[in-house]
Amino acid sequence: MFLNILPLALVDGIAYACLLFLVSMGLTLIFGVMGILNVAHGAFYAFGGYAAASFIMMVAPATESSWIPLVSLFLVAIVVGTILGGLMEIILIRRAQGYDPILKLLLTFGALLMLEDIQRMIWGAQPYSASEVVNRLGNIELGGITYTTYQLVVVPLTALVAYIGLEYFLRHTNLGKQMVAITHHREVATSLGINAGKIGLITFIIGAILGVLGGALASPTTSLVPGAGADMIVLSFAVVATAGLGQITGALVAALMIGIIRSIAVYMAPEFEVAVPYIIMGLVLLVRPHGLFTVAQARTI
Amino acid sequence: MIYLISFIGAALALLSGYFIPWTTTPIIIGTTYAIAALGVSVMLRAGQVSFGHAMYACISAYTVAFLARAYPGMDALTLIAAGVLVSVLASAVIGVFMVRYRGIFFGMLNLALSMVLFALLGKLYHITGGTDGLRIERPTFLGMELSRGPYEFLLLILTIAIALVLAWWVQRYFRSGNGAALAAIKTNETRLEYLGFSAYAVMWRGYLLSATVVGFSGSLLALIQGLVTPELGLWLRSGEYVFIAILGGAGHAIGAFLGALVFEAVKLTSSAYFPGLWQFILGFTLIIVIFLFPTGFVGQLSKRMKL
Repeated sequence: MFLNILPLALVDGIAYACLLFLVSMGLTLIFGVMGILNVAHGAFYAFGGYAAASFIMMVAPATESSWIPLVSLFLVAIVVGTILGGLMEIILIRRAQGYDPILKLLLTFGALLMLEDIQRMIWGAQPYSASEVVNRLGNIELGGITYTTYQLVVVPLTALVAYIGLEYFLRHTNLGKQMVAITHHREVATSLGINAGKIGLITFIIGAILGVLGGALASPTTSLVPGAGADMIVLSFAVVATAGLGQITGALVAALMIGIIRSIAVYMAPEFEVAVPYIIMGLVLLVRPHGLFTVAQARTI
Repeated sequence: MIYLISFIGAALALLSGYFIPWTTTPIIIGTTYAIAALGVSVMLRAGQVSFGHAMYACISAYTVAFLARAYPGMDALTLIAAGVLVSVLASAVIGVFMVRYRGIFFGMLNLALSMVLFALLGKLYHITGGTDGLRIERPTFLGMELSRGPYEFLLLILTIAIALVLAWWVQRYFRSGNGAALAAIKTNETRLEYLGFSAYAVMWRGYLLSATVVGFSGSLLALIQGLVTPELGLWLRSGEYVFIAILGGAGHAIGAFLGALVFEAVKLTSSAYFPGLWQFILGFTLIIVIFLFPTGFVGQLSKRMKL
């Protein structure tokens, strides 16, 4: 029984974990550089999903190609992420620089409440889905079980490319190194001539694009309903806290762990599916109070 | 001065409930929000924001529901006391490991626990009634069988009385040695430890107090609604409590009540005039208040007078 469902649960879990990872990566990047736990990230996810679904419903009937809907997912993510992230950084985050972390968190909570209503105004309450993308990409048969190409190839590949791309960006490009410098010490970095304001804007936009991309990639396989963003944000909080704040590689491991165990739970014990991520997070934090991958920090007295 | 304001507020609430009966329920619900925010503000005092405190309201509300269904003759006061007792016990156990965490991790771990509870309440259908929740028949009040009107009015008196006592108690705690030590966790925990206090014990007692206060709000909410649903423990509910506490400010116990007043007023007016937009307006208010008064209403008040 267990061995039969394992491959299915694994593929499901990995695809789910990849979406979770994309969202959490944006969250943890923003936290690392700007010290803000961005609750509105859940709204980015929902906006991405809705925007992608409605765009594809518009585009798909006009073309037979299987690539155009797929590519439009990414285009929508970049456009929506840049607009949302840029606006929010300029209007809200920039002004809250010196605030207490709790107040910053609540500011983004206020933004989440506002964005949720805006989303409801634009897209209403009926569920949206863009399953056309999955259908057109076809299926792959592996060991007697049929998987959709989308779940088996597209989603994991995107997450992998995004992860490697971000790591490369942070380690080997000028802009990325400036970002890392700010995560280490904002004031010193500023005094060395780094434009912290500009870096903040760029970080926030990249983070927002990742969140939106998570939503856009989720839209073909899940149906979006109001509240999807709020559910996603608590889940990615769990990932980020399990990994340790600001740990990108850690978020990958934590997302995989939570995604796979959760999808095994879906098959084995469906009652506990929703609770599983939090149980994992609780257990991890009991043993390692600052998350799995946190490095020791100098104590500030 | 502050006592005068509190009593005038309480009297106004009672009068409005007596002469305009339809206001009774919103006032009670608003007051339970204020009580819950009061509990959350205890932890805010230590610089810790919990995104899961609604779970204690949820625990006590479900205790009330279970008991009321198992023992139909049980009195309202007994039910409230039992609900609070269970949430105190729960917080005493949970607090043992919870108070080791600070900052984001404290918030997240509370959130995680409340999400587990929320998920279980929604899924274990045969015990908890799932997402439909459990109905509570109107219990007797001090042995009296009451019809709806007098029952709600008595509940209003009780809620206001409990709110006043809790506010006084929390304010006394803030002024006490323990409360001062709790506030010192926010400013400098290391120095607190060097002074000979155990930050762990101080936090644990603070956590217990905050859960107790939130427990009262859950019991009362269950009785006035006559229905408990898992929504009571959803993290968005905890977020609203934090919202109210920040709106009012954590500097004084009265902050939670001012915050709840504004919160309920904004919520009621916006759902009356802009039905689809109340969340938007709520979020907007939160952002504006944070930018204008980062220390909440209490911070503004205490500039003008001594609280």
